[in-house]
Amino acid sequence: MNTITETRWLGQDIREIWFENSRIAGSFKPGQFLVIRHGETGERIPLTIVEVSDGRIRIIIQQVGYTTSRLCRLKKGESLGNVIGPLGHHSDIVKYGSCVCVAGGIGAAPLKPIAAELRKQGNRLTVIEGVRSSKYLILDKELEKIADRFILMSDDGSVGEKGLVTLPLKKMMEEGNRPDYVYAVGPPVMMKAVSVLTRQYGVPLTVSLNPIMVDATGMCGSCRVEVAGETKFACVDGPEFDGNKVNYDLLMNRLKVYADDEKHAGCDIGGDNAG
Amino acid sequence: MPTTRNTQDATSEEIMPVEPKKTPMREQPPAERTKNFDEVPCGYSEEEAVKEAKRCLQCKKPLCVEGCPVEIDIPAFIKHIAEGDFRSAIRKMKEKNLLPAICGRVCPQEDQCEIKCVLSKKHDPVAIGRLERFIADWEARQEEKSAAEKAAPTGKKVAVIGAGPGGLTAAGDLIKMGHKVTLFEALHKPGGVLVYGIPEFRLPKSVVEREVDFLVASGVKLELDYIVGKTSTIDQLLEEYDAVFISTGAGLPWFLNIPGENLNGVYSANEYLTRSNLMKAYLFPQYDTPIIRGKNVAVVGGGNVAMDCARTALRLGAEEAHIVYRRSKKELPARIEEVHHAEEEGVVFDLLTLPVGYIGDDNGWVKELECIKMELGEPDSSGRRRPVPIEGSNFRMKTDTVVCAIGQSPNPLIPQATPDINTGKSGNIEVDPATGKTSKKGCFAGGDIVRGGATVILAMGDARKAARSIDEYLRTGKW
Ligand SMILES: Cc1cc2nc3c(=O)[nH]c(=O)nc-3n(C[C@H](O)[C@H](O)[C@H](O)COP(=O)(O)OP(=O)(O)OC[C@H]3O[C@@H](n4cnc5c(N)ncnc54)[C@H](O)[C@@H]3O)c2cc1C
Ligand SMILES: Cc1cc2nc3c(=O)[nH]c(=O)nc-3n(C[C@H](O)[C@H](O)[C@H](O)COP(=O)(O)OP(=O)(O)OC[C@H]3O[C@@H](n4cnc5c(N)ncnc54)[C@H](O)[C@@H]3O)c2cc1C
Ligand code: SF4
Ligand code: SF4
Ligand code: FES
Repeated sequence: MNTITETRWLGQDIREIWFENSRIAGSFKPGQFLVIRHGETGERIPLTIVEVSDGRIRIIIQQVGYTTSRLCRLKKGESLGNVIGPLGHHSDIVKYGSCVCVAGGIGAAPLKPIAAELRKQGNRLTVIEGVRSSKYLILDKELEKIADRFILMSDDGSVGEKGLVTLPLKKMMEEGNRPDYVYAVGPPVMMKAVSVLTRQYGVPLTVSLNPIMVDATGMCGSCRVEVAGETKFACVDGPEFDGNKVNYDLLMNRLKVYADDEKHAGCDIGGDNAG
Repeated sequence: MPTTRNTQDATSEEIMPVEPKKTPMREQPPAERTKNFDEVPCGYSEEEAVKEAKRCLQCKKPLCVEGCPVEIDIPAFIKHIAEGDFRSAIRKMKEKNLLPAICGRVCPQEDQCEIKCVLSKKHDPVAIGRLERFIADWEARQEEKSAAEKAAPTGKKVAVIGAGPGGLTAAGDLIKMGHKVTLFEALHKPGGVLVYGIPEFRLPKSVVEREVDFLVASGVKLELDYIVGKTSTIDQLLEEYDAVFISTGAGLPWFLNIPGENLNGVYSANEYLTRSNLMKAYLFPQYDTPIIRGKNVAVVGGGNVAMDCARTALRLGAEEAHIVYRRSKKELPARIEEVHHAEEEGVVFDLLTLPVGYIGDDNGWVKELECIKMELGEPDSSGRRRPVPIEGSNFRMKTDTVVCAIGQSPNPLIPQATPDINTGKSGNIEVDPATGKTSKKGCFAGGDIVRGGATVILAMGDARKAARSIDEYLRTGKW
């Protein structure tokens, strides 16, 4: 179980892995995630299930620190180690009408199954994907295929339009193309910027949050987030929440708890991009 | 000293005087042990065990047994020890208790078996827990283990959910009864609170591993990384299994719900202990999981969990570790031994003190705990005097790490995914106390998921009872 069947680099520091685990694949619904612990000394980290097929699971990992770097170095035939899932509530997707999906950086990975499901339910779909630069671009072809309209943005203009993902979203709102629903997944700063717009225009927003987790079964409270002034455990109450009510500043602050310790890996590529 | 005594009851003690004190157990000295995570009490030698066993009066009507939730034949196993027949002692023990190495270490004996011991009227009670630990550790050192005898295979299959003390006991009993048993565990290691909660210095993880290995060797199939309710549901399990025993524990941590609780540096006890024990963060960076090594750690609460956190903090390098508790010392719910160990190690007790808020610095880290002083008023429903705040007594304590150890409630994962299992107000699964039956046919439950945070031995007692009724259900088909 958990044997890797396929790997490839999708972009700089971004690795795609397919592995076998029929029992998790069989229960998966879009929006859910896994916890992986690689090896006896390993840390437990959460990763989204991007897709399942034939008892195999697809994950996409951005190398941001020690554990993700180790996972990115694994080869076909090796085992991922302990894999637990599927975790979290699945997305509650119905027909809303016209929807916008906003993906920032690695957020494109969690967003893909959501976008696919939105489309399946008969929504008209605009996907806005934002990246730091062309080197980090992932899943654009797949998202483009799912979407009725696909907009690509980059911080440095190396691909798509230069600018933040909020730019086209704002334009849509100002031009009177107010969507009926917005989904956003990406760095917290990006989701926060999206929520400023959706609140201003009164559009419902769902986001998927990525706090630090340990067990991911609701036992430890490491993943505490604040939604509408109330504490929630993202692993069991989420990871999706009403994006117009999330306390993003708290989320960003809590993601820094182990910033000093993480330097032991000699690896501190910032997680924030495309914001 | 005579070797055996056939005393009839406590009065004969007047004829045969008894050593008033328990045979002391060697311990790592406090100054040394706070620098490591090794076990604190070292256990009895054979001579010490025999000496202590001889203190037992071999009562005809042993009151101690009434105090033990699994009714171990205490005088019988102690008699074997007194006679130096350790093999018979462990056999006697395992008739009733499959996990003596664990109970001997963590049972609150002073409230259970030992409080009832006749000797305790005048003297120290017999050190039943220490003898229990001794006999289990003795067996672990022997080549030949006393294997469990198995009944003829019944062809029935049982799924046991959760590999804590409840699940381990149920699995052990059911396999002996001839059923096929699969034990499903959400985490990557079996043991429940025994591995993620109780620290190494109080219960070495090798002791738990030993017991789990024994079960696996007896034929129990272990499925780790399997979250029932997510990986599959109970209804799906029931398609393959004839009965289910649920012992998923009380894994939902409580917070105080006061301002600032989500600041960096504020942990639940579960997270703090899980990082340290299960993930071995105390060995960071050799192990990958980090933990905040605070200099000035405040632990809120007064139970075993709180003591474990404060003592862990010291071992992680804290200069000061405080227990902040709203009642007085007398009401501390922790075991006396744990409070005593914590005091010896230099844990500071801030009693009659209730936190009312956390104050953060500019970077969003906790820097102070605002508290209010309490006084004891009238007794409440639990019989303990209710703490009442003293108005205007607010003050602030400096701290850089807070661990909230005020309790936990049953894990909601399975009840949420299985609506036809009835639950009570606090999310606990409701069962018939005599049989462990839930409202759903074929499903039994026990331990902390039923009781809320209780004890290891109570979880084991529940499991034993449920195993008996599961066996009956499987043999008769009657619900
Ligand atoms: C529900 C969920 C789904 C996720 N899906 C994906 C995904 O599909 N692909 C992907 O690349 N990443 C995903 N993440 C984020 C991923 O878990 C972290 O990047 C990873 O844990 C970092 O581990 P590290 O040891 O490599 O880095 P570290 O050196 O530990 O940290 C680097 C950065 O990651 C953050 N981080 C550290 N530990 C965690 C943790 N346990 N959980 C979340 N963030 C953490 C830190 O704040 C820091 O900014 C997801 C997170 C969550 C909560
Ligand atoms: C820090 C600490 C110290 C303690 N000290 C003592 C002490 O000194 N003496 C004493 O007697 N008691 C003590 N206790 C209490 C004692 O540990 C518990 O009462 C006992 O462990 C309960 O056993 P259980 O089998 O019901 O549940 P648990 O030990 O909680 O085990 C439940 C298991 O089920 C698993 N699980 C949960 N949900 C699922 C799911 N959906 N699918 C699969 N698996 C699942 C969990 O991961 C866990 O392994 C302490 C508790 C703590 C937290
Ligand atoms: S199991 Fe616990 S209560 Fe029973 S005899 Fe042993 S220590 Fe005492
Ligand atoms: S342990 Fe105490 S109560 Fe039990 S038989 Fe011995 S002396 Fe009597
Ligand atoms: S990660 Fe432990 S409760 Fe969510």
